[in-house]
Amino acid sequence: MNFLSLFVVVPLLMLAGLFPARTMRQIRAVAVTGASLLMVLACWLVWMYLAERSSGNTSEMLFTAETVWYPSLHINYSVGVDGISVAMILLSAIIVFAGVFASWKMEHLPREFFLWFSLLAIGVFGFFISTNLFTMFMFYEIALIPMYLLIGVWGTGKKEYSAMKLILMLMGGSALLLVGIFGIYYGSGASTLTITELAALTIPIELQRYFFPLTFMGFGVLGALFPFHTWSPDGHASAPTAVSMLHAGVLMKLGGYGAFRVAMYLMPEAAGEMSWIFLILTGISVVYGAFGAIHQTDLKYINAYSSVSHCGLVLFAILMGNETSTTGAILQMVSHGLMTALFFALIGMIYGRTHTRLVTEMGGLMKVMPFLGVSYVIAGMASLGLPGLSGFVAEMTIFVGAFQEPDLLHRVLTFGAIASIVITAVYILRVVGKIIFGPMADRHHEQLTDAVWHERLSVGVLIAAIVAVGSFPYWLSEMINESVAPLITHILR
Amino acid sequence: MDYSSLLHMREELSLLGVMIVLLIYDIFKSENGKTVFQIVALLVVAAHTFANIVPRDAFEIAGGMYTYKPIHTVLKSILNIGTLIVFMQSYSFLEQPENRIKKGEFYFLTLATLLGMYVMISAGHFLLFFIGLEMASIPMATLVVFDKYSRKSSEAGIKYILSAVFASGISVYGLSFLYASTGTLYFDDLATIITGTPLEILAFVFFSAGLFFKIALVPFHLWTADVYEGAQTNITSYLSVVSKGAAVVVLFTLSVKVFAPLAGQWKPLYYVLAVASITLANLFALRQQNLKRFLAFSSISQAGYIMLAVISGTPLGMASLVYYVLVYLFSNLAAFGVVSVVEQHTGKLTIDDYNGLYRSNPRLSFVMMLSLFSLAGIPPFVGFFSKYFVFSAAAQQGLYVLVFIALLNTIVSLFYYLKVIKAMFLTENETPAASIRSSLPLRLSLIICTAGILIIGLLGTVFETIGSMSFGL
Repeated sequence: MNFLSLFVVVPLLMLAGLFPARTMRQIRAVAVTGASLLMVLACWLVWMYLAERSSGNTSEMLFTAETVWYPSLHINYSVGVDGISVAMILLSAIIVFAGVFASWKMEHLPREFFLWFSLLAIGVFGFFISTNLFTMFMFYEIALIPMYLLIGVWGTGKKEYSAMKLILMLMGGSALLLVGIFGIYYGSGASTLTITELAALTIPIELQRYFFPLTFMGFGVLGALFPFHTWSPDGHASAPTAVSMLHAGVLMKLGGYGAFRVAMYLMPEAAGEMSWIFLILTGISVVYGAFGAIHQTDLKYINAYSSVSHCGLVLFAILMGNETSTTGAILQMVSHGLMTALFFALIGMIYGRTHTRLVTEMGGLMKVMPFLGVSYVIAGMASLGLPGLSGFVAEMTIFVGAFQEPDLLHRVLTFGAIASIVITAVYILRVVGKIIFGPMADRHHEQLTDAVWHERLSVGVLIAAIVAVGSFPYWLSEMINESVAPLITHILR
Repeated sequence: MDYSSLLHMREELSLLGVMIVLLIYDIFKSENGKTVFQIVALLVVAAHTFANIVPRDAFEIAGGMYTYKPIHTVLKSILNIGTLIVFMQSYSFLEQPENRIKKGEFYFLTLATLLGMYVMISAGHFLLFFIGLEMASIPMATLVVFDKYSRKSSEAGIKYILSAVFASGISVYGLSFLYASTGTLYFDDLATIITGTPLEILAFVFFSAGLFFKIALVPFHLWTADVYEGAQTNITSYLSVVSKGAAVVVLFTLSVKVFAPLAGQWKPLYYVLAVASITLANLFALRQQNLKRFLAFSSISQAGYIMLAVISGTPLGMASLVYYVLVYLFSNLAAFGVVSVVEQHTGKLTIDDYNGLYRSNPRLSFVMMLSLFSLAGIPPFVGFFSKYFVFSAAAQQGLYVLVFIALLNTIVSLFYYLKVIKAMFLTENETPAASIRSSLPLRLSLIICTAGILIIGLLGTVFETIGSMSFGL
């Protein structure tokens, strides 16, 4: 068996291990073992990958393996990774690890919670290692459905509404996507479903004009493309901490990843023709998300809207369609994944203590919980792009790439997107100033305690990753860039 | 005449043997034998299923009146398995005091309809086909009124028999036109003679109306909800899975083999029926509170999805159709199994009654959830694969718009399937339905269904085997 399959097998074993688990201790043991194993595997994968590349292996996908599944429809279980997927797998492993520790104190039906959590992990990892469109789509849907129960059962606020809205919209997206996949499969002559092989075939441009928008929108729904982003604020706000982390951190990246690898890569001609429509939509996402965040007073809503803005930037950069901007997009996926997960983890921890998420009801938390306060400031700084943290590297690359497109539309949109940084600064600094530093808003908050060990571990891992990406970006961006370059050459051919 | 050729009809003879054995045993059994009867019946039906599971070489007897293709074995085995599961689920219902004396009838009548379906599938001549169709309908009506003291059941029975007879009448009227126009009723001959004259088109439309009724496509569905609600739950599940599955397969083979020259006419017709069935049934299902009615509408929309495979008219369509029926059998019977056991033990039948069911009956809720996810087409459950294949069959023919409509409808269906899941898992309830201890055969049937839902999709060979047989058609 190919070792990439371990990324699916380990969560599967977690799932199996949770069934007999009875006590909280056993459940935690299974979850931590699984998450740590995934983390080790991911680090090992990075190391193996870099070693393989440095030894001169230049094939598009590494560690490929294929098992025939449904030969008559060319459905194979085929796996393989390039620099983009390795970065995404590493991100997912970090967030799953942090997520397990962030939900350490899960009291309501913990076994079931981790069961669904593992299923979600199977979907996410399976998606990133797949190179066959069918399995990719299957894992995509596997990752979506646990969201309904995770939000509906363990969420807060108007959780049933949010869960239903989220699942119906995302499944709607996947319906568009499936039509797109059929179009790609039959349009290209129906001889393969493997992405690398499909890329070599040409789909007639008339068909591309139908199926590119469907595929792109299908993934775009998950990537919070305006106007299909409305599931995101409600969903994130209602979800329990670890689920928000995984959802905003990893699941939304499935959208960007798929939009690039499936929609743009397989239908480059239509992508070239139609990218302007989606560019405008993503431009709106970026600016609108930022303004939306200003308007909110609930911490989770603020962060959810900021996710819309940042994920919009991912799609925006992908649509710019040059090497630099696309590398930036992938970096932004990693960076946003890490910092938004950190945000949601911190918000969950703060909420667990203050029992409110409203900015107006909090203040001066630095005095009582310095660890969480400092971490929140770091997350905020990463989000508004302070050099040395991951956000700066990603956004800088994106904007440098975006400026390479000289025509008017691209210029105007680039200016708009850059302006959104200023708006980001407004909502980040305002919140930080108010709740972390400002005067104590509630006397009862004086008795609150700071983070305990499992929370520190969860937050520490994420901060370490943010600093690592922000201060030593070269190895990551080089790994991504190497893999992006041939794809972009193919798209622009 | 050489009667030995009749021995080729192995499946039918074997089933007839089972029926006779059970009938005689039922008549002569002693008072002590009564409790054993069901066990014996289950074992005999299981033996019949296993004995006939291996396909043979194709042949025809009686001058093409009766034909056999390897795919028929697959189909009949699927129906056998469905029937067996229904029997397992009826076990405790038939052990209730008021039903004890009717056990024999239940098995005999159900198997009689099954025999009718066998004949329908294997017929090579419209006369034999019609005999099969009637054999599958009339005992069904008696089964629907099985609980003869219940008002609803009697109402359902009357509704069913009247509409069934009417549908058969129209069907045979169509056949008479066909005979008038072509002078033959042999499938093989008809395929070469039919040219598409108006009379033949009329004949086809009249004839197929009878089948549409059995499949319960919109607008031939009006009997469904009432009959499903009125009939005893296990009979409803039989009606919704086995009976429907047989009819839809037959519709496919007849369309492709006999009415192939009319493809230009039936394709648009099926297109409209499929869209109408999926959409309207979904909209109706949204508003149902009673779970049996709910599943009735869900089964109508599922039939609409199956029509996508019929429209394609290709070997891939046939393979995905048979696969869909198999998958639908496991998913739907699991759902009906849970509904029937909850109804029997607590008398509760509405979605609100299921509030908080997970607290008191975690296993049943889990099975119900799996089956609903499978019906909705969520991976990794098997319903996802069957939907993918059916859509794939339609997309292969370039029917992207139809696939798109169907896919949008899956979102609507997901909403109402999730409503039940929401009731079981999300909604808090101080007094959920009592904890249920179900009978062993029922538990076994649910285990089989769950295993089917979880495993079949992961095994590529199931679909490929069906595919390899249907490519010969």
